[in-house]
Amino acid sequence: MSASQWRKAMNAGAGRTAWPKAAAAPAPPRAAAWPARGAATRGSARSLRWLGARVRARHVLVLLAVLAYPLLAPPFLTFQIGAQSLALGLIALSLTFLAGYGGMVSLAQMTVAGIAGYMYAIFATSGTDISLRWPWWLAVLLALVIATVCGTLIGWFSVRTEGIYTIMITLAIGVAFFYLVQQNYSIFNGFQGFQSVKSPRVLGVELRDPIPFYYLALFWSLAGYFGVKYLLRAPFGVALQGIRDNPRRMAALGFNVTAHRVAAYAVAGFIAAIGGILMVWYNGLVSPGSVGTSWLINILIIAVLGGMRHPIGPFIGAIVFVLLQNFAVDLVDRERFNLLIGGIFLIIVLFSPDGLLGWWAGGAARLRAASARGRWGRRVETGEA
Amino acid sequence: MSRFWRWFWVVALGAPVAALSVWGLVDNAKLFVTTALNGLTLAALYFLVASGFTLVFGLMRNVNLAHGSLYLLGAYVGYVVGDKTGSWLLAVAAGFASAALFGLILQVTVFRFMQGQDLRQTLVTIALSIMLADVLLWIFGGEIYQFDPPSWIFGRTPLPLVQVYPTYRLALLVISAAIGVVLWLFLNRTRVGMMIRAGVDDRAMLAAAGVNVQAVFAITFAIGAGLAGFAGVVGGTALSIAPGEDTRYQLASLVVVIVGGMGSVVGAAIGAALIGVAEQFGLAYAPTYSVVFTFVIMALVLAFRPQGILGRRG
Repeated sequence: MSASQWRKAMNAGAGRTAWPKAAAAPAPPRAAAWPARGAATRGSARSLRWLGARVRARHVLVLLAVLAYPLLAPPFLTFQIGAQSLALGLIALSLTFLAGYGGMVSLAQMTVAGIAGYMYAIFATSGTDISLRWPWWLAVLLALVIATVCGTLIGWFSVRTEGIYTIMITLAIGVAFFYLVQQNYSIFNGFQGFQSVKSPRVLGVELRDPIPFYYLALFWSLAGYFGVKYLLRAPFGVALQGIRDNPRRMAALGFNVTAHRVAAYAVAGFIAAIGGILMVWYNGLVSPGSVGTSWLINILIIAVLGGMRHPIGPFIGAIVFVLLQNFAVDLVDRERFNLLIGGIFLIIVLFSPDGLLGWWAGGAARLRAASARGRWGRRVETGEA
Repeated sequence: MSRFWRWFWVVALGAPVAALSVWGLVDNAKLFVTTALNGLTLAALYFLVASGFTLVFGLMRNVNLAHGSLYLLGAYVGYVVGDKTGSWLLAVAAGFASAALFGLILQVTVFRFMQGQDLRQTLVTIALSIMLADVLLWIFGGEIYQFDPPSWIFGRTPLPLVQVYPTYRLALLVISAAIGVVLWLFLNRTRVGMMIRAGVDDRAMLAAAGVNVQAVFAITFAIGAGLAGFAGVVGGTALSIAPGEDTRYQLASLVVVIVGGMGSVVGAAIGAALIGVAEQFGLAYAPTYSVVFTFVIMALVLAFRPQGILGRRG
């Protein structure tokens, strides 16, 4: 489908009908509150007031913490824990976007990331002769485009199905890609994959050094996080959430359900592709193991661990996952990591379906309830006395 | 579908396959027949694993992604029993029983409390499969185990064109055909089978008719899981058992039921035949791209019949 067709398909459903709905839905009040004649000063005051109303102390604290983190932590923690969590979180974010807001659980997001990684390794420079040794920026561009297209195709393929069928089909696609790269030597270099993939050197800065890489990963994670947050309030995101809740009603309202779903896959594919390129720079290699079943599942674990109700969830999940992966040695035998992560996953799924975020929200609500009860209890006491 | 279109598809898909078969037969008859037989034995194994999977899904709408782990569990338990007693038949029985028991426990302790929560059930089975695979790896290590089948099905059988073929693989074909027939008789000629089929069609109505649905669920889950364990021992004898086989058979049963149609045992048989034969021919004639064959079949089915060959829209 061409871009213009897409626009038409999306506009046919969303354009006319979605605007008033979107404004009525939780759209930010600023759109309606301010007249178009706003001067520049009023505009900036407006955005300042908007920021003041929305930004809480905890947002500033988190931002400062992630910015200052590499200055305080040793390189190992910066690179191994910080940067890896961010890159994995970005890939998991694409799943959260699809599953939490589109209602489509795709296990093939790691496959899309892996396609980006493989494409980068094929076009750029690596230790293998198959690599074409093109300039890195061209390789990145091609990898992003190809992976996004593949992600969209996977989506186009799997939106024919719903619910659990989607899980099965995306799992089958993911494992098929794993077997393909494992068996194919002419393009994907088979079992070996691509070792010592060179990460670029920009303006004399080696991007794979801990601190530059951390900030690179941080930049893209923030971009992904805020991009997803923005998209969720845009007409497209609101329509997507409507489709998640009741596709038939949305179809009856004139929305093109399939087009919205495939577009969601395209967005998620792009996010996952960025994460995939970060991962290939981080690892310095890409092999069938990077897109094997265990990693397909790991991304799901990360997204579910963190919680799919908010775009911050996958990053929290990724931090927990990476910490466990690195420090499980101290808790249990290194060999038993799967048992540990499987057990934690099971506990989360059984007792807190909304992940760690759900625990947080549940705990906060309980605290509030407890304190409210306490006050009430005292009042009753004094009343009796 | 009108008669014209049915014939159109039969010709459109059948003609190239037939042409390729003729070419294969003329070019190298021995390779062709051996590959076909290998494909059929693999299909027999896939059918054993996938029939349980599809039965459980059809009745409970429960995607049991730990089904492959049940295969491996049955295989390992069967191996221990076979090793201790020296009897292959006991090993098969133990494989069936252990997997069935494990499935029963799963159904009674976990799935019963998550009726209708598809995603949560799926996630739970994923978690369980990760843990089970790790526990099995812990106990049995990474070695490859093999069974010794009894002498009456061991050895080679002379056949036309291929000279000899392992007897056990032929026995495997017979065994799974027999299992298929028994399963069909059970589903179509017994009272419990009738209840299961009724449950597949309309669960609420079955409960309203006074049937203890939970008991039917438990029986179905036990049979489905048991079949996976049974396949573990039978398949482990034909090939071998090693860590990672669980994922392989999990994927195989997924693809087979996607192709064949969810909840249909006959569909599982058709899907297994298609996938098993395609996989072996792919391996023999185009080793680099063999997985693509499987994938193309799945893609074609999804594109033209998303509910699977014998699946129903629902």
